[in-house]
Amino acid sequence: MQKQLLAAGLLFNALPALAETPVLTVLTYDSFTSEWGPGPAIEKAFEASCACDLQFIPSGDGAALLARVQLEGAASDADIVLGLDTSLTSAAAATQLFAPHGKNPTVNLPVEFTDPLFLPFDWGWFAFVFDKTKTAEAPKSFESLAASDLKIVIQDPRSSTPGLGLLLWVKAAYGDRAPEIWTALADNIVTVTPGWSEAYGLFLEGEADMVLSYTTSPAYHLIAESDDTKSAAIFDEGHYMQIEVAGKLAATDQPELADKFLDFMLTEAFQSVIPQTNWMYPAVTPAVGLPEGFDTFKPAKSLLLGPEDALATRHAALGEWQAALAR
Amino acid sequence: MASRARPLGLAAPALAVLLLALVLAPLAMVGWRGAGLSLGPADWAAVRFSVTQAILSALFSTLLAIPVARALARRHFPGRGVLITLMGAPFLLPAVVAVLGLLAIFGRSGLLNSALDAIGLPTLSIYGLHGVVLAHVFLNLPLAVRMILQGWQAIPAERIRLARSLGFGPAETFRHLERPMLREVLPGVALVILVICLTSFAVVITLGGGPKATTIELAIYQAVRFEFDLGRAAGLAAVQVGVCALAALATWVVTRPTGFGAGLDRRLELDAPRGWRRWGDGMALTAVTLFLTLPLLAVAARGLPGLFDLPASVLPAAGRSILVALVSTALTTAIALTLALASAVRTRPLIEAAASLPLATSGLVLGTGLFLIVQPVAPPMTLALPVTILVNCALTLPYLYRILLPETRALHADFGRLADSLSLTGWPRLRWLILPRLARPLGFGAGVAAALSMGDLGVIALFAGENQATLPLVVAQLTGAYRMEAAAAAALILVTLSFALFWACDAGGRRAAA
Repeated sequence: MQKQLLAAGLLFNALPALAETPVLTVLTYDSFTSEWGPGPAIEKAFEASCACDLQFIPSGDGAALLARVQLEGAASDADIVLGLDTSLTSAAAATQLFAPHGKNPTVNLPVEFTDPLFLPFDWGWFAFVFDKTKTAEAPKSFESLAASDLKIVIQDPRSSTPGLGLLLWVKAAYGDRAPEIWTALADNIVTVTPGWSEAYGLFLEGEADMVLSYTTSPAYHLIAESDDTKSAAIFDEGHYMQIEVAGKLAATDQPELADKFLDFMLTEAFQSVIPQTNWMYPAVTPAVGLPEGFDTFKPAKSLLLGPEDALATRHAALGEWQAALAR
Repeated sequence: MASRARPLGLAAPALAVLLLALVLAPLAMVGWRGAGLSLGPADWAAVRFSVTQAILSALFSTLLAIPVARALARRHFPGRGVLITLMGAPFLLPAVVAVLGLLAIFGRSGLLNSALDAIGLPTLSIYGLHGVVLAHVFLNLPLAVRMILQGWQAIPAERIRLARSLGFGPAETFRHLERPMLREVLPGVALVILVICLTSFAVVITLGGGPKATTIELAIYQAVRFEFDLGRAAGLAAVQVGVCALAALATWVVTRPTGFGAGLDRRLELDAPRGWRRWGDGMALTAVTLFLTLPLLAVAARGLPGLFDLPASVLPAAGRSILVALVSTALTTAIALTLALASAVRTRPLIEAAASLPLATSGLVLGTGLFLIVQPVAPPMTLALPVTILVNCALTLPYLYRILLPETRALHADFGRLADSLSLTGWPRLRWLILPRLARPLGFGAGVAAALSMGDLGVIALFAGENQATLPLVVAQLTGAYRMEAAAAAALILVTLSFALFWACDAGGRRAAA
């Protein structure tokens, strides 16, 4: 009993002290905050300099994140939203919940990207990943993929951001010919999964020759598993990009701290963590350079629809996709 | 009777109303935030496919379960008890784990196709409607077997003895004993499975093979996540609830009580016919054993290599999951027993609806609605575990209720008047009549509820903050970070823990009943 009272007393004494430390709340996707994601290292690095408590709220994936922001509206406890991608930023901007960042940092992206509300923190190219020991010759384009009898597994654009990325990739590369490409691809598609992890799991189990993932996926196997059998097929028509961004919520109660975090996001301490935890390219190449395997698969051409185009194209592209694959 | 039944009589409708509120309020909240319901042609296509695959899955699971349950009811062989316990396992697998287990056998590079290929036969593709149904049968056939087996075991010994003295052959036994029993049990079994399959999502998409295999739940996903069209999400969820309500109504119309009456309670089993029927039973048991164990072995084989290499977060997550499972199971069991006892006297539509609807609600809409309700009151993170427990409770209640209902009806018919005449009410009635008589189904039902609460992602993904992840969430996080081996190992731990909980409850119930 005595001990409990003592504990209660300590707790009460501790509470005001805690309350004085400002808390910066960052809403992000699940895998960012997990112990093998970038979250822990970034939290440590930022807290070392900010005299604050950085808290992550994990919330599903990128698409779930936007839904969460809209659900919470202006009442959100979050100050920063980190992990939306460029296929979602237009919808995110339309919510009017985000505040301009007012920054103009130098970033190393293969395409021009400036957005008044969102700053990029990492990026990647979508690509079909395959096993070199099983697939000797990789296709060089969607057309040669469709002509081959290689089996692929892809993600559903209605529930997954890579799935949506593939939809926009075909549209960006082929425009009005997209339905034709999808019809030709139909007999290559083993199945469509709800998310990235199911598709990748199926591929690793040998259910398909190729899976839609990223050009950096082979680097994971190389670095984390010392397995150099995975490779990414480079397509002549170019590769669609995913740029992951963060933005400050207009309703934040820590605007200065939020700005400080956005600045920190593009420094070495944050960026050098990204490659081997998020397995994406950092928005600013760290001074130490990129880990091995990140330079192996580099498309000559990068494709990206602007946020407005991506939003406008999505509906029609989805209809074409459904019609072509419903056979 | 009326006066004695009153305390229970009031508790049950109150619980039913609370349950309905828990299911319908989030739906209303989502619909209200979305300003009206709206559905397009693509949504109706999703509804059609969902209903078709759910009906086929329920039909196949239930019909195929009959010969297996019958063989288990009338044959004795070494390992029978193990097989009956094993029947709990597939049902507890998280959908994605089950799919990978099935693919190891039926997939493109699975055992079956490797064998077919080796002997020069064309390979088979699992992807398509048939694959979806196959997976649903794998997941739900064992549940159906267990529920039907309970029906067989509940045929009073006096009836069996009478049948023997009348010289009934297998055909007469079927007509006079087995058919009425099936008539009582099957509709409820089919309903539960139909509704489970209706809301199935990952299995349907992954094995469906393309966009034509679209479910209502996927359309809801799309509506909430990419379009933030809450009206459409609520509309779809309402259609899902409506279909479920129709199915529940149909079940209610078709079900007939057996009217076997009470027996002296000596266990007696049906005669095991000889000849070809013996072979038939043997084949049914062998086939189902292979069908269930091969994918399970594949799951174990996938999980073992990563077992020693698991991240530290698995342990606290497992602890949280077990806590959630135990609390929700205790709650669910109490509620389900109250409802099933109240329904035993006569069918009460309110209770029937309350005990069936939760299954049909979309997990995403339930989570989203609760989020909208909770958020103005308190930060959702602080309520992550209580909300998860509440939702698990609502989602597992229908199984327990269905498992208990035939038994409480029989209990009421057989012992109700005797207990009333002895003025056996309240706690003594529970202690000396209800709990001992219902130990077996209570144990089995609690086992199912506990295991489902362990494995169900439910709404935790929407509510969990840092360091609040449950085991299924950790599995999801691991697969999202390339760590498939660790994910398979964590999934194996999840399945093993679920199965251990299920086994503890189930064996406990059977021991108490023996």
